[in-house]
Amino acid sequence: MIKVTGLTYIYQQGMPFEKKAVDNVSFEIPTGDFLAIIGHTGSGKSTLIQHFNALLKPTQGKIEIDGIDVTDPKTNLMEIRKNVGLVFQYPEHQLFEETVYKDIAFGPKNMELSDSEIEKRVKSSALAVGLSEELLQKSPFELSGGQKRRAAIAGVLSMSPKVMILDEPTAGLDPKGRDEILGELSTLHKQNPDMTILFVSHSMEDVAKLAEHVLVMDHGRIAMHGTTSEVFAKSGELKKIGLDVPQITELTHRLIKDGIDIRPDIYTVKFASEIYKNLIKEAENV
Amino acid sequence: MIDAKNITFTYDEEEPKKYVLKGLDLHIKRGSFVAVLGHNGSGKSTLAKTFNGILLPSGGTVYVAGMDTKDETKIFDIRSTAGMVFQNPDNQMVAAIVEDEVAFAPENLGVEPSEIRRRVDECLETVNMSEFAKSSPSRLSGGQKQRIAIAAVLAMEPECIILDEPTAMLDPKGRSEVIKTIKELNKSRNMTVVLITHFMEEAAIADRVVVMNHGRIEMDDTPSKIFSQVEKIKELGLDVPQVTELVFELKKQGIDLPSDIITIEECHRAILEKLKKGTKND
Amino acid sequence: MFKDITIGQYVDGNSVIHRMDARVKILLSILYIILLFVIDSIALYAVFGVFTAFLVIISRVPFKYIIKGLKPMLYILIFTAVINLFVTGGETVLWQSSLWKGLKITKEGLTIAVQMVLRLVFLVIGTSLLTLTTTPIMLTDGIEKLLKPLDAVKVPSHEIAMMMTIAIRFIPTLSEETEKIIKAQKARGADFESGNIIKRTKAMVPILVPLFISAFKRADDLAIAMDSRCYNSGKKRTRMKQMKMTWIDAAASGVMIAFSVFVIIIQRF
Repeated sequence: MIKVTGLTYIYQQGMPFEKKAVDNVSFEIPTGDFLAIIGHTGSGKSTLIQHFNALLKPTQGKIEIDGIDVTDPKTNLMEIRKNVGLVFQYPEHQLFEETVYKDIAFGPKNMELSDSEIEKRVKSSALAVGLSEELLQKSPFELSGGQKRRAAIAGVLSMSPKVMILDEPTAGLDPKGRDEILGELSTLHKQNPDMTILFVSHSMEDVAKLAEHVLVMDHGRIAMHGTTSEVFAKSGELKKIGLDVPQITELTHRLIKDGIDIRPDIYTVKFASEIYKNLIKEAENV
Repeated sequence: MIDAKNITFTYDEEEPKKYVLKGLDLHIKRGSFVAVLGHNGSGKSTLAKTFNGILLPSGGTVYVAGMDTKDETKIFDIRSTAGMVFQNPDNQMVAAIVEDEVAFAPENLGVEPSEIRRRVDECLETVNMSEFAKSSPSRLSGGQKQRIAIAAVLAMEPECIILDEPTAMLDPKGRSEVIKTIKELNKSRNMTVVLITHFMEEAAIADRVVVMNHGRIEMDDTPSKIFSQVEKIKELGLDVPQVTELVFELKKQGIDLPSDIITIEECHRAILEKLKKGTKND
Repeated sequence: MFKDITIGQYVDGNSVIHRMDARVKILLSILYIILLFVIDSIALYAVFGVFTAFLVIISRVPFKYIIKGLKPMLYILIFTAVINLFVTGGETVLWQSSLWKGLKITKEGLTIAVQMVLRLVFLVIGTSLLTLTTTPIMLTDGIEKLLKPLDAVKVPSHEIAMMMTIAIRFIPTLSEETEKIIKAQKARGADFESGNIIKRTKAMVPILVPLFISAFKRADDLAIAMDSRCYNSGKKRTRMKQMKMTWIDAAASGVMIAFSVFVIIIQRF
């Protein structure tokens, strides 16, 4: 379980460009959760997630992960980074090794694991992101855009973190690449019920497809935190802070405004087609 | 405006397999808004780069406003007729101050200083960025930077603007700012627009959608006709707007709805009609 | 850490210094730097300090920008002071370590240390003032114009100026990127802080490789973007902003030359 208490982070404190990026934020994330963090650019999402693996130290407040205070300067950094994996935006820009294998092995090597253990982890994490074994001996720079992205994600996965955080994992990919990554994340979540996955996203469609819970940030604060259906049901509030809702949700809310009796928490095509089919058939049969 | 005649392209003449463009014809009418879709590696970016002579086709010919892009004496005329905006907003800026960035192209073309000033002010106004004329681009958002990039191309007074995935690296707010700007240019100034994109909602606002696959044109029609072929689109590694998919699913279950729905408005109207009709029969 | 670099940052304004011709500003800055290395008495440094303060005040650049420019220099300043303080030999010993006789501070050492630190401080303030009050394009145009006569001896003045423009433009972008790469590798357990020199140098590879790759990619993209906008290395190029010398430049040059003459005379006697 992750427990965030009164977390505040101020950029360049005391300088001309001082900015409160995260403002007294408190919340809890249960173990095994699949949480989407949404909010427009500058709402504090990226700053917030960098606290989970101690890349940033809070100005105030603390974060406990399974009872360990990761914001305490005395906590061993390696221990934190082993447990909390963070995949940055466009992670393929950080690939550097001669082979994909070596790049994925970078994390486990830093953890000073045995060679056989490293090999095991490299192979299993490559498999988890759908990279075939013959790609492992290639240079990462020969891979396609989508493959590079997946190799970079495998590079964090290979550290076997308890908490996996991804900053906009599908940014800049084409629809196929997007669906592949989303599919792998979903499988990862199903196969590792104890792994907590957090991802930042601007795509409401992605959030709708994957997340169990959604945390909405606005101006460094938490605007909403609830199950995906609870959050999308409040499309008015989301729009007020400048966020979109999935097209399907928007459609449903427009129909509700017209006086049609539909539940407000519809956000996937699959579920929507079920509901609308019944609704239309009912109307036709009356 | 742009006329591509049986063009092929390869980065490596020796390897016939590696042809990125495999012989395609495309005619883009003056004043039209054409969206080009295709998965990564389908050749859409390469195609775009042949439209202003950045890449010359290995075979075939591209004409821009009647000029052959192979004609070296006309290269500046071609590039100022068909301006180009790229994906990464950071990598296409030369100057450290916004107005100097916009002045860059007309300066290269040897335009009179007073005329450059006039164009810079006008183009910044067009993209709604006048108040940032003296700012440094590094302090702007992605959407603002891309609008500056558009202004920097407009300063050449082009007839056509080609945008190579201009919104791929932007957040939703930036994306809608850029798309609004492009649409406005097309509508109010009759500017020819070629928009290469991964976002189906963006393609949905064009007059015409061209779908590329393996270096060839696979589909070429109006957005509603293209997106109504949900299965084919998905086969090509692309997506359709959520509402189009919903309509597709409902039709599969025997509900009679028009197949060319691509916007929330259209979908809303169609479903509402269905539901109301039911109650009227009552 | 990189965001603190003030070189290449411009603070918009309309002060006398802002309105000066870039060429004149560059030449006067060079004169300022030469003077800085000519003088060597504490009294003259005081005069110099007053003069510099005067320049900062009339430029109306907020004082915090000046301080911000000095901040990244702090370690260099301390290092310079310490080295000069202990390494310079001299007659008058002010303090001597009781453990090791070689470790001592002399009057000469103290003087040199203070001088070196002041020189560096004024150097940074002077050059920051130039870049803070001159748009990068004006600065590079100024350099290009000043180098123009050297075209005759094959100095590519336009290319040099263009390179500088691009460098200034990309400093913030690349520094942001470096910070991000460092963080991303740290997240994978990379350790840049411990170990000996060899280990630490090796630890830089995961930062440098991605940084180089990205820099090349950016250079490539930029070249295409410049081509698309009809760039043709300076041939028949015009400028939106024309440089014009006005009475301000004449007055400023007058003041600066008078000050230089004064400093040199005092220094001589």
